[in-house]
Amino acid sequence: MSGYRHDPAAIRALVRPDAVHRDVYRSQELFDLEMERLWRDTWIYVGHDSQVPNPGDYYSTEIARQPVILLRDDQNEVRVLMNRCAHKGARLVSATHGHCENKLLRCPYHGWTYRLDGSIRTIPMKAGYEGTGLADTQNGRGIASPPAVVNYRGFVFARLNPQGPGFEEYFGGSLTSIDNLVDRSPEGRLEVAGGVLRYMHDSNWKMFIENLNDTMHPMVAHESAAGTAKKLWAGKPEGTPKPMAIEQFLPFVNGYSFFDQMGVHIYENGHSYTGVNFSIHSNYAAVGEYETLMEQAYGAQRARAILGEVRHNTVYYPSLTIKGAIQAIRVVRPLAPDRTLIESWTFRLAGAPAQLLRRTVLYSRLINAPTSVVGHDDQHCYRAIQEGLAAEGNDWVSLHRNYSAGEGAQLAGNYNGTSEISMRAQFRAWQRFMTGEPAR
Amino acid sequence: MSTDEQELVRFVYDEARLVDEKRFDEWYELFTDDAYYWMPLTRGQPDGENHTSLFYEDKLLLQVRIERLKNPHSFSQHQPSFCQHVLQAPRLESAAGGCWVMRTPFTYVESQRDSQILLAGVSWLHLVRSGERLRIRLKKVELVNCDAALPSIQLFP
Repeated sequence: MSGYRHDPAAIRALVRPDAVHRDVYRSQELFDLEMERLWRDTWIYVGHDSQVPNPGDYYSTEIARQPVILLRDDQNEVRVLMNRCAHKGARLVSATHGHCENKLLRCPYHGWTYRLDGSIRTIPMKAGYEGTGLADTQNGRGIASPPAVVNYRGFVFARLNPQGPGFEEYFGGSLTSIDNLVDRSPEGRLEVAGGVLRYMHDSNWKMFIENLNDTMHPMVAHESAAGTAKKLWAGKPEGTPKPMAIEQFLPFVNGYSFFDQMGVHIYENGHSYTGVNFSIHSNYAAVGEYETLMEQAYGAQRARAILGEVRHNTVYYPSLTIKGAIQAIRVVRPLAPDRTLIESWTFRLAGAPAQLLRRTVLYSRLINAPTSVVGHDDQHCYRAIQEGLAAEGNDWVSLHRNYSAGEGAQLAGNYNGTSEISMRAQFRAWQRFMTGEPAR
Repeated sequence: MSTDEQELVRFVYDEARLVDEKRFDEWYELFTDDAYYWMPLTRGQPDGENHTSLFYEDKLLLQVRIERLKNPHSFSQHQPSFCQHVLQAPRLESAAGGCWVMRTPFTYVESQRDSQILLAGVSWLHLVRSGERLRIRLKKVELVNCDAALPSIQLFP
């Protein structure tokens, strides 16, 4: 079906309280509208400020299919600029990471140079522009930047639309998950470390986002990986020290009641987290002096509160998911209706034992890599949905689990962990942003 | 016992052949108990513990992969993957302390029905003698595009 662009009622009809139409995963037109509306009007994750530790450092990436530069200017402020020369539009930097020589960005084509705030410093043979009116145009004003940028405790988000919800208004209480992740450093500071895993998915971005709080799949989809690990481990002689890899694999095949009792918390605007009461990360072995260092930094009570919060996945709809308990994040880059790049980044907790970096690096490799057996299972299922939804005869994807007819528009709160309420909440936000209704 | 280069070279070809013929149990037996199968994520990556890798498998994790492939619920392999290494002539890079290091540039194709991925790189085998047999203490696979966005790689480049 096409013709959604000028028909908000048709878009609204794609989302029922308990189901969603298959077009949302398959239609090129809806994908384009997602990039123009949902991904422009909301707060999209750009990068972490530790990726640009010194003035002049930059990191280049894309948000909503648009090239952007995250950089640190000479006032030590972290900025986001569009990666586009004001003159003819050439991408200004092409390296993923780099440093601006002499605190200038210089276009590789005609050599226009810019200060780190995006303003024009020099144009070769500038006299050629005298009396042309260039100075009064956007081209004469320098590099464009997203109209709204917020650095929240190191996590840099941008909103591409000048209009839209404020940062705090949009994320609300979900920011407590970022707080918990940062607080897990005795110094309250994170550093990107351990590299980035870049896994190309041939499936729609929403399947990934939905899956992060889908707790009915691990024991099925990951049985072959985690179940095999469990079986091999059971055959080892008693007293064999438990490797960290086994500790990380085994909870994936915990039973339904575990995941149900884990709980899910819903916020407005599509954000949520699983692991209200405990999570698959709750029973990891203590790491060296870490708890002592935390107690010294925060006091015993506060340290216990921070470490006692072991949320599973928090979804910052639509572009970021984080795992505070093992300091890892995944960044969503939609490329096409059936193509999504997922980047997994890990952090060093400043002031914490090195063992914690090794733990998160291992986890990301085991679970989120293009070479990960758990990743293979997930990717296989997303692809299976992408292909299965080509079938006629049933246009609807069910999101009924633990739905009740009384479920209103306000979903915020705690629910049983196996409920599909996080997906229903995501699609209610999707529906609002896709039809131009404001955030809640 | 002397180990001549011809024997080492034959070992390298035979090792790749076991993977390509999916004789994974025999392949597994080639590794020493303290072996690693390592595919770094970046060029010149110093280690596999403080930096993420694509593979950094000890024997237990290698065994998990091999046993998983036999599991009838490995859904991503219901349509099975197949692979083929094409090796450039292996060269003995160094021999010291009872360890022979073989360097082998390769291309690798992994296919699954209508999709096919092509990888290339250099494979390093650190070989030691264990009884009569040569064994692998480290297989390090350096991909040309280790930092690229990659699709699922389900077998063993």
